Amino acid sequence: MLSGLLDGIFSGISLGSVLLLAALGLAIVFGLMGVINMAHGELMMLGAYTTYMVQNALKGTPLFGIYIFIALIAAFIVTAIFGLVLERGVIRYLYGRPLETLLATWGVSLILQQLVRSVSWQLVTIVALFCLLFFGAMWIVARRTDFERARGWFLAIMIPLSAAAAIATGNVLGTLYKPAFTKLWFDARNVDVTAPKWLRGGFPIAGTQFSYARIFIIVLTIACVVGVYWFLNNTPWGLRIRAVTQNRTMSACLGIPTKKVDALTFALGSGLAGLAGCAVSLLGSVGPNTGQNYIVDTFMVVVVGGVGKLAGSIIAALAIGTANYLIGSNTLVDLTAPIKPLSDTFAFFSTISMAKVLVFALIIAFLQFRPGGLFPQKGRTVDA
Amino acid sequence: MSYANATLEPTKPDTDLPMLEVKDLNVYYGESHILRNVNMTVFPGKMVCLIGRNGVGKTTMLKTLMGILKPRSGNLKLDGHSIIARTTDQRARLGIGYVPQGREVIPRLTIKENLILGLEALPERPKKQEIPEEIFELFPVLKTMLSRMGGDLSGGQQQQLAIARALMGRPRLLVLDEPTEGIQPSIVLEIEAAVRRIIETTGISVLLVEQHLHFVRQADWYYAMQKGSMVASGPTSQLSNDVIQQFLAV
Ligand SMILES: Nc1ncnc2c1ncn2[C@@H]1O[C@H](COP(=O)(O)OP(=O)(O)OP(=O)(O)O)[C@@H](O)[C@H]1O
Ligand SMILES: [Mg+2]
Repeated sequence: MLSGLLDGIFSGISLGSVLLLAALGLAIVFGLMGVINMAHGELMMLGAYTTYMVQNALKGTPLFGIYIFIALIAAFIVTAIFGLVLERGVIRYLYGRPLETLLATWGVSLILQQLVRSVSWQLVTIVALFCLLFFGAMWIVARRTDFERARGWFLAIMIPLSAAAAIATGNVLGTLYKPAFTKLWFDARNVDVTAPKWLRGGFPIAGTQFSYARIFIIVLTIACVVGVYWFLNNTPWGLRIRAVTQNRTMSACLGIPTKKVDALTFALGSGLAGLAGCAVSLLGSVGPNTGQNYIVDTFMVVVVGGVGKLAGSIIAALAIGTANYLIGSNTLVDLTAPIKPLSDTFAFFSTISMAKVLVFALIIAFLQFRPGGLFPQKGRTVDA
Repeated sequence: MSYANATLEPTKPDTDLPMLEVKDLNVYYGESHILRNVNMTVFPGKMVCLIGRNGVGKTTMLKTLMGILKPRSGNLKLDGHSIIARTTDQRARLGIGYVPQGREVIPRLTIKENLILGLEALPERPKKQEIPEEIFELFPVLKTMLSRMGGDLSGGQQQQLAIARALMGRPRLLVLDEPTEGIQPSIVLEIEAAVRRIIETTGISVLLVEQHLHFVRQADWYYAMQKGSMVASGPTSQLSNDVIQQFLAV
């Protein structure tokens, strides 16, 4: 009995901390833009793949024992850069247009999924070459004063030209250095990250096994929450982020460079997604669809928690994680065994997918009473 | 259409560049034409008041000045340099301190944080983020509640905070949009006195939108707006009862 409850609480908290880690970045970006970044799950997936690559690169070296820490840093940097490119390249044109942002980020999420399926040196070369030619030409031409007028012409000529040159070069190199150059980086199937030795297993308390990997994730989540909290509350950039989140126009009138704040916030949120992806890779194999498994749950956490409130996200993540676990496992069925109809009901919902259904239903019911989430924002929210 | 340039102040030498120059400004909301060929000049160290009935476009004018709204045509010059292509935050850092209608205090930041944000407008951010004592001399109420949330203040306190916040960035031009709107008379007097002291001690220029006659009279020069056009201007000492009747909602 006790061990069952302990196990339930531990598993719930550990599930909740994964959700929280994933939702943390999403919540920050949501507070700023007022829309969900649908590619957040894919940024997590990128973080997981980065972990996989770091693991492979360090295999057999003395650093392998601590590769997970290197992977955390690498995942943060890689996804933060991706997020930065995403913000600069797409999202900044869509501020104040929530629907378009939602669609655009969803499109980006599909692109990222395909990216990990088909990435090879050939693809990387083509994309890099295209960017080099196109933006290089743009950089040279943009210094002429009449660039604005000739912009249409420039795009019409340079896009096909750069694309053709890049694809041709890629194909030539592809035939020259056949297998190595065109070989896909990742198996189409899921890839597995093996936890370092010290993260395998667990220690037993009262008959329950407390897995080290899950404890690691819980500690990581706590560290991230504390870190983000500290960053937002004690640094100049944190203050700027909070100001822009609450009142964009007035922040600009005060002299805050809102564009830089947007870019930085987005990079930070994406970097946190990368950390979450790294954590997720310890729990099971990762594939192109890994992100999709998390986006809905994390979305729920953000909505239930309320916009712009870290405390709300924390409670919501723990509650949803624990509810998911308690309903999905047999814990509640065992607990309510004496009351036959109740235990039958719980038995009906005690599969992973049915548990999700019940949790969603509970969330919808909750939002009927508290549409603003646990901690609704007082005053104004995003003004974009 | 230029009212002021030559005649503004006999005591001012002609070579003195205007701090702010607004030229033939046309602003639209969608298709509705709000500002029509607006011209206006603010000289250094002077206080200029813009008057007009509700909805004539005073706030629109100030928002355009800050870059929140994009004009369809016209030019804006600050200290001789065109700022029309600058973004809002760049304009703030060029020295325009803006106190908007409705104050726009950031609600979930403390008073102290709101004030510290005022430092963003300084070209170089000071290492030490402290609030100078002058600010508290001007607005003593703020000192006692530095750790309260901005959104929890009363309207009058928020107004004082908004002005103090704008001053933190040491602007060259202070822009105030109806700073006494909906505020009890004793606080109105305090705010008036504070603005007067700011001008005396710092010598900055002030552009004020105001409905209180008493406050309007403190300005050196007035502009009167009607349906988006400037229709009258002159020294406030010559504000006639006719003009007051016509342009102030007293
Ligand atoms: N966001 C908006 N969209 C469309 N029209 C607007 C908008 N804001 C203001 N207007 C219109 O522009 C005109 C000028 O508004 P503005 O706020 O500049 O007036 P004001 O002179 O500041 O008035 P008040 O003294 O009441 O503050 C008004 O007729 C108003 O209806
Ligand atoms: Mg107004």
